[in-house]
Amino acid sequence: MNADLSSSSSIPSTGVNPEQDISRKGNFLMDEGFVYITLGFAVIAAGLIFWMAAIITEKAWPAIQTFGIPFIWSTDWSVPAEKFGALPYIFGTLVTSGIALLLAVPIGISVALITSENFLPQWVRTPLGFIVELIAAIPSVIIGLWGIFVFIPVFLPVQQFLHQTLGWFPLFSSEPPGPGILVAGLILTVMILPTISSISRDVLRSVPVTLRSASMALGATRWETIFRVMLPAAASGIVGASILGLGRALGETMAVAMVIGNTKRITPSLLDSASTIPAVLANEFAESHEGLHLQSLMLLGVILFILTLVVNIAAVWIIQALSLKGRE
Amino acid sequence: MYFNQIARRGVLAAFAATALAAGTIAAMTANTVVNAQQKVTLSGAGATFPALLYQRYIREFQSKNPNIQVNYQAIGSGGGVRQVIAGTVSFGGTDALMTDAQKREGVAGQRGILLVPTAGGSVVPIYNLPGVSKLRLGRQVLPDIFSGRITRWNDPKIVKDNPGINLPGSEIRTAVRADGSGTTYHWVNHLSAVNAYFRGRIGVSTAPDWTTDPLKGPGNAGVAALVRRTAGTVGYVEQSYADKNKLAIAEVQNSKGQWLAPSLALSNQAVSTFKFPASFQVFDGDPDAGYPITGVTWMILYRQYPDAAQSAAVKRWVNYVLTEGQSLNESLDFTRIPSSVIQRVLSEVNQIKP
Repeated sequence: MNADLSSSSSIPSTGVNPEQDISRKGNFLMDEGFVYITLGFAVIAAGLIFWMAAIITEKAWPAIQTFGIPFIWSTDWSVPAEKFGALPYIFGTLVTSGIALLLAVPIGISVALITSENFLPQWVRTPLGFIVELIAAIPSVIIGLWGIFVFIPVFLPVQQFLHQTLGWFPLFSSEPPGPGILVAGLILTVMILPTISSISRDVLRSVPVTLRSASMALGATRWETIFRVMLPAAASGIVGASILGLGRALGETMAVAMVIGNTKRITPSLLDSASTIPAVLANEFAESHEGLHLQSLMLLGVILFILTLVVNIAAVWIIQALSLKGRE
Repeated sequence: MYFNQIARRGVLAAFAATALAAGTIAAMTANTVVNAQQKVTLSGAGATFPALLYQRYIREFQSKNPNIQVNYQAIGSGGGVRQVIAGTVSFGGTDALMTDAQKREGVAGQRGILLVPTAGGSVVPIYNLPGVSKLRLGRQVLPDIFSGRITRWNDPKIVKDNPGINLPGSEIRTAVRADGSGTTYHWVNHLSAVNAYFRGRIGVSTAPDWTTDPLKGPGNAGVAALVRRTAGTVGYVEQSYADKNKLAIAEVQNSKGQWLAPSLALSNQAVSTFKFPASFQVFDGDPDAGYPITGVTWMILYRQYPDAAQSAAVKRWVNYVLTEGQSLNESLDFTRIPSSVIQRVLSEVNQIKP
């Protein structure tokens, strides 16, 4: 890289007036400086992650030593007895995020399709896409408040109906208290929808026009083109978008804490209340007792860290597998 | 090429500006430190329960003492105690017990701790039972509900106290605080004082291990929202919060069996019966008079400050709170601290060193 830069500045310097030569040297310094400054910022950003992980793990260390691996599947969480376990919170985190992903992916792709294809006039598509993206700008506390004061009362009759007609089915087997797993899942769906739809739309738009033209030329209808050509071509990008959304759902704190009911429960019923790792951190951190309580909360943080890391690695792996398949 | 150069210069300039801005901020922070030496800053942090009252004290105090800058951050009692131990604040705030072990820890141990009672308040049961506008929950009924021994609204013990009221056969849900809280502490302190079973199963803590697996909401607002939205729920919030938000409050019984709706007068009466020990920490779960679920909140002071300016400012501030400040308490729905106690506290405050 260095050799490259010096050669580019030395070649034109022959036979050019000295004034210009000086400006080129300044240019060279600027190039070098730019490289080091950007490198510095990048290293700081990456280092920050390791630093945070190290600090959290260090603070959680006494809890790791006390509870060991069984912390992951223990269901105790008692502050006075100083017994802590993560399973109810891991369960709540995975189930609510799972519901959100299950609902937001199809809806997000629909929004992406409707705003990237041309079956609606431009003046409908542009505001539609813009408004969906605007959801991402709403602070999560506001979404949580909306959840408590608007969504839960409106949605409660639906939950009661589900329980009364499908109560024999384990997923709806408990009397709905209002806040609960399903409500949290739906709130998360709303929150991750813009991430999934806007990235998917960009990916769909960047599918080469030649692919679409070729499909049409072979006599495929619009639907066949969408489902057999456009979506498969964009698959790796859409998976990436979904994983970004999932990441947000896993880590969402305030909105979930406000609508999930915060009970330490592992239940098959989606109508029941539960809690998630971020919610319990938000609720208990400020008033946590020094010692094992605080350390266990830190350990929950470590587990959330690992959970998101695993999800991201899985995502990279899926995207690679998909893009390899696409190339074949 | 030329535009490229301009663009690169621009980017470089942006980086330079960032660096410059960082430098300026650093310089500004240094400046505030210098200013702080001429103008004393007292930073406090802790309990959320008295936060509104403390903000009010600060406003009034500031107008009379422009040289002393006071601020208070409502980060919770646990946080307040932690900050005092870490030595990052000039004073803390707590509604719960500061244990002897905590008083010996870190900076708290080095400088010594003085707990100053500043105000009191009551915690009240709130409920949501469609069609029932007046409800009485007896002395043994409340602990039984919150320890899971009474589970239905038409339980004979509840029916007996509420003649003529049509109580449904539905399940009673409980709603409690999701965060550790002084409000919870006062609530379970009362329930434990009147009921041995409750004391044995749940006990007194800012974050007790509830056996009824209740719904949990963050803060008074969180509990109130749960109770409001869920039919058949009982919860507890601070009295001033319940009043301001017009929540349905159940009547409770004092030790003489009288039915009481909460009022500031009753809370004041309860605080006046408290016997403040030398540490000024008092938790009377069942006072002889007044509203039975009443507690006090404290400012946590050090007995020694690093310099004379700081300790003079702290003395001035706390003297204000305990004299003129007390007259603001009732306008904000807090009880006063009895004047005999204030005399004792002030004599200790005035011994703060140096």
